[in-house]
Amino acid sequence: MVLFDFSDYNELIPLVQNSLIAGLLLGLVGGLIGVFVMTRDMSFAVHGISELSFAGAAFALLLGYNVVGGSIIGSLIAALIIGYLGAKAKDRNSIVAVLMPAGLGLGILALALYEGRAANKFGLLTGQIVAVDDPQLASLVLICGFVLITLLFIWRPLTFASVDPEVAAARGVPTKALSIVFMLLLGLAVAASVQIVGALLVLSLLVTPAAAALRVSSSPILTPILSVVFAVTSVIGGILLALGAGLPISPYVTTVSFLIYLVCRVVEKINGRTKLKAKVKA
Amino acid sequence: MTAQAVLAIKNASLAFGERTLWSNLNLEIKPHEFIAVLGANGSGKTALLKAILGQEKLTAGSIELAGKPIAHGSTRIGYIPQHQNIDSATPMRARDMLKLGLDGHKFGLPFGNAAIEKKIQHILSCVDAHEFAEKKVGQLSGGELQRLRVGQAVIDEPDLLLADEPLSALDLAQQKVIAELIDQERREHKAAVIFITHDVNPILSMVDRVLYLANGKFKIGTTDEVLRSDVLSELYGTAVDVVRNQGRILVVGTQDHDHHHDEEWR
Repeated sequence: MVLFDFSDYNELIPLVQNSLIAGLLLGLVGGLIGVFVMTRDMSFAVHGISELSFAGAAFALLLGYNVVGGSIIGSLIAALIIGYLGAKAKDRNSIVAVLMPAGLGLGILALALYEGRAANKFGLLTGQIVAVDDPQLASLVLICGFVLITLLFIWRPLTFASVDPEVAAARGVPTKALSIVFMLLLGLAVAASVQIVGALLVLSLLVTPAAAALRVSSSPILTPILSVVFAVTSVIGGILLALGAGLPISPYVTTVSFLIYLVCRVVEKINGRTKLKAKVKA
Repeated sequence: MTAQAVLAIKNASLAFGERTLWSNLNLEIKPHEFIAVLGANGSGKTALLKAILGQEKLTAGSIELAGKPIAHGSTRIGYIPQHQNIDSATPMRARDMLKLGLDGHKFGLPFGNAAIEKKIQHILSCVDAHEFAEKKVGQLSGGELQRLRVGQAVIDEPDLLLADEPLSALDLAQQKVIAELIDQERREHKAAVIFITHDVNPILSMVDRVLYLANGKFKIGTTDEVLRSDVLSELYGTAVDVVRNQGRILVVGTQDHDHHHDEEWR
């Protein structure tokens, strides 16, 4: 059993070039959108969307359609249902809890009926390593590009609407339209992430890096930057570590992102103490 | 007295199904004017606010801000909501929240510039918030957050300040600070104030006119004209006593006090 093996590294790297580009893009998108996921208290919703995205992808696989397309349709349906029915956090949690097992169950059914390569099946749940081919990468670039540009464009009013919907609406911010747009972007980001880290572990890209960044920064500019750095480090680091052992990338990605989170919590503790000491001295 | 009205409410009515909240409401508010909106729970105070913001459709009549109807909010309005805690996970410092009052409605990225920074510094002084300017908004005390909210509402120099029970959940000393801040702002700038409250006492010395809503009816006038036993008894259709004691006004017999209790505990 080998968890790390770097002997043929130079030959292996070119093979995962597509995965690395994909990872970079996902880290960028996941890190940025994660900040809003945290501010809007939607971590659990992300999980629900990813299960429906998985179901969509599994059915596409079974029926011989485009897997990326299937996963996008699944996650957009979930995102719109959650966005439409779950305006309040409490409603939202119960809707997600209902959708999640339904999606997972349907997805498992589709995979059970599928008679193709077994690696395809597990890839959807736990992520894959060299599986990103050129057409898949192209669709990923398109999705991520669209999400990024839209997100950067609506960044400021979306921040206002997320922190303070009542005041934002009074100031003329179209809060309802923004929350629908945000759910669509979130659905797309989840669908894109499912391709790489798998449905079960999307949270490690879309939530953990932002949660870690929030521990150490409260600046609205530094927090998203840190979040992106953490997310990219997790994906790229995870892919490079997984490479040697030939195991799925997700355990590596999630472990790196979890470790970053732990370090951030420790840093937060230390910061808090130094501040307290400074206060006592003053 | 010829100054153009900031806000003109003309023959406005609002009904939910059979229930009329108010009808034929006429009110012109001039720059600097401080209007207190009083009344029982469910009398349509908050609905009036929403109607002004264009979020609630009037059954009849019109509301115009500087001669134009409001569709969905307006950047000419500053809004001060009831105190509500902000999640501590929110990546935002006190100073950033002030900035949102200035440019939060504009598309794009949240970068600042020297002019914006100057305004933020000025408002931080106005609401005495330098001390906690770099603190996370989720960690502010109730009084600090409300001071900040007043700052956020006035930083863009609005024509109209809407305040929806901004003093609730604050202690008396903080209530006084917040009320005085709002008063000072409307004097220094041209802003008119519409202040919804269930207790008129913290703002008694500032109020120019009172709009009292009850039972689908209303009364507009100075505090002395409206807050009287005979006027309120007629409005409520039952015996109501207005007691004045040491500069404070107490309205007895409206059963509102039970409601207030609920409100404060909610």
